[in-house]
Amino acid sequence: MEKNVLQHIDHIATWPVISFIIFFLFFLCLLWWVFTVDKKFIKEMSELPLQEDLKDSTPKNPSV
Amino acid sequence: MELQKFYYDNKIVKAFYIATVVFGLVGMLVGLTAAIQLFYPIFNFNLQYTTFGRIRPLHTNAIIFAFVGNAIFGAVYYSLQRLLKTRMFSDLLSWVHFWGWQLIILAAAITLPLGFTTSKEYAELEWPIDIAITIVWVIFGINMIGTILRRRERHMYVAIWFYLATFVTVAVLHIVNSFEIPVTFFKSYSWYAGVQDALVQWWYGHNAVAFFLTTPFLGMMYYYLPKAANRPVYSYKLSIIHFWSLIFIYIWAGPHHLLYTSLPDWAQSLGTVFSIMLIAPSWGGALNGLMTLRGAWDRVREDPVLKFIVVAITAYSMAVLEGPLLSLKNVNAITHFTDWIVAHVHLGALGWNGFLVFAVLYWTIPRMWNTTLYSKKMANAHFWLGTLGIIFYALPMYVSGLTQSLMWKEFNADGFLVYKNFLETTVAILPLHMLRAIGGSLYLTGFILMTYNLIKTAYAGKFIANEEAQAAPLAKEYVATSGGWHYRVLENKPILFTVLSLVAILIGGIVEMVPTFLIKSNVPTISSVKPYSPLELHGRDIYIREGCVGCHTQMVRPFRSETERYGEYSKAGEFVYDHPFLWGSKRTGPDLARVGGKYSNSWHYNHLLAPDAVSTGSIMPSYPWLFEQTINLDLTAGKINALRKIGVPYAENYEATANEDLKKQATEITSSLKADGIETPSDAEIVAVIAYLQRLGKDIKAEKVAEQP
Repeated sequence: MEKNVLQHIDHIATWPVISFIIFFLFFLCLLWWVFTVDKKFIKEMSELPLQEDLKDSTPKNPSV
Repeated sequence: MELQKFYYDNKIVKAFYIATVVFGLVGMLVGLTAAIQLFYPIFNFNLQYTTFGRIRPLHTNAIIFAFVGNAIFGAVYYSLQRLLKTRMFSDLLSWVHFWGWQLIILAAAITLPLGFTTSKEYAELEWPIDIAITIVWVIFGINMIGTILRRRERHMYVAIWFYLATFVTVAVLHIVNSFEIPVTFFKSYSWYAGVQDALVQWWYGHNAVAFFLTTPFLGMMYYYLPKAANRPVYSYKLSIIHFWSLIFIYIWAGPHHLLYTSLPDWAQSLGTVFSIMLIAPSWGGALNGLMTLRGAWDRVREDPVLKFIVVAITAYSMAVLEGPLLSLKNVNAITHFTDWIVAHVHLGALGWNGFLVFAVLYWTIPRMWNTTLYSKKMANAHFWLGTLGIIFYALPMYVSGLTQSLMWKEFNADGFLVYKNFLETTVAILPLHMLRAIGGSLYLTGFILMTYNLIKTAYAGKFIANEEAQAAPLAKEYVATSGGWHYRVLENKPILFTVLSLVAILIGGIVEMVPTFLIKSNVPTISSVKPYSPLELHGRDIYIREGCVGCHTQMVRPFRSETERYGEYSKAGEFVYDHPFLWGSKRTGPDLARVGGKYSNSWHYNHLLAPDAVSTGSIMPSYPWLFEQTINLDLTAGKINALRKIGVPYAENYEATANEDLKKQATEITSSLKADGIETPSDAEIVAVIAYLQRLGKDIKAEKVAEQP
């Protein structure tokens, strides 16, 4: 069945291979990025949501 | 650098949160009504506007798009401004977005009970509303991206990534799945037919769960959990991997909704494989959330916000493990079409979505009104009512699902079905349905308690419509604070980021769809499958209008228990003229794919008038209006023309003579009814419905006859 369907698309066999390569490379780059990125930068990023509580004057953590 | 003073817009957040609470109440009340209808059919009120088939989509749409939708927008408008240290891009766009969305909800609340529906799950709204949704969604996107472009914070926090992916993907899903050809202002036919339509629909349906009920909520988790716990997320690195792997893998998993159907095997397998892979990013994200509380678990005892978040993430982890397991063909064979799926969905909706929304509301409302929560005790009571509600909802449904499934499949020693009469399997689970309604009531009671608590909180405080804040403007030139180029590849390039997310989700969609779009010419043709006659077409449209697909499937799966009960399993070639497909996703009643010719015309007539009188104990509502309302013959030509345009081979100019054929077929049915002592006008809607039901599954039987020498 799938052969029957897929044969009608030119070079269909290369599609999954191309998708696989694109994503394999993308995730390799992503992992490389994640493992080599500066810890200081990651710390800055992860503290972004908490920044306003540290700096501005709006209600500071009213207890719920 | 000099600090700039600016104001966060809290008014728009307040508006979205009020809408969240109001539509949450409405959506859950409708859901509870639908649940009660399943054991006390009298609560269908014998009114066409309130039957289960019509209010079930009202419930799902109200919860997904009105309750959850408004909650998402409120949370995005609150957190986006603060994460980017700027006011929303345009107040006007914010308000156009708000009122546009509420008008869409109003349109849905009117049209769905009226029976204007495409029948495609979570995409039931008709084409003019689809266009309105597209416009409002684009306005939301412009407002969000505009805000990002004029931010005072260089980097985009991971929550914003999830919001962007939500915007991009929902836009693509909605547009692709809404391709339909209009017949009238409130009637259209899906562009796709049969197998293709099913694939597109469940690619959409699955990803509506992924990108409307999951990604924005993960964004909310990444913002509100650190705020509520007052500590940064456990691992920001993990959140980056979480994001990319989740959006890439999710988009492929749609076909797991179609296991054992007529969808080609390769697509089914693809769905299964990617569903299993989904466990990794989903659990990665959930663990990242729970681990954020490391060292702060003592606070969970005291803080209702954290309690709600913990249960929400726990429900999420359970649902995202259960989902992939349900995608295994052997598990799916037992659970699909049963109440198990209803339990699974509600674990996600009540636990993950509901509880996270409650946490966000309990956290945000006191802050926006510059006060403290009116009653912590009441919030705790809400927490327990909600938790018990989820348990009382889910457990009976799991038991019910298994019971149903085992009864459907049970054979006796002689090889015959033990429960030959489907009704026995329905009656057996009614007590469990009652328990489910109790669970739902508990959950709703908690919700009402929260509403009261929040209103009292708001009255005790003073609303800060414009909240003052200060931040330094963004420097034109980026000065890296921490090293080389690769630290700023994506986080400070919102447009590139959006495009990459789009590419990630498109690849999965395209690889699955392109072959299936071409299937049409490759589906093993069944020469005896012919387009519907004009009368059957009208009947089919009434079947769609009444939401029959909510309880009856038209998909006999290749199991012996099903071929024994219903007849030959369904083939892809049988659905080539089905715009839209009506395979269904739940069997509250029996499958109807092969019902044609099984009963007499008068049986159907009596059954639709008083189901309980024909099948004692039936919970199907009666449909008295089908006997009074007449078929609208003026629409026949338009329907034929529309379907011809999308590939149904009606002969040229057939629309001119179609009504003659229609009347002829109607007279045949009325005379057969007359022979059984039933007088009915030949233009009554019931005649069209009977014609349609008697047609179902007949084509393939004709094929068999032709094959015989």
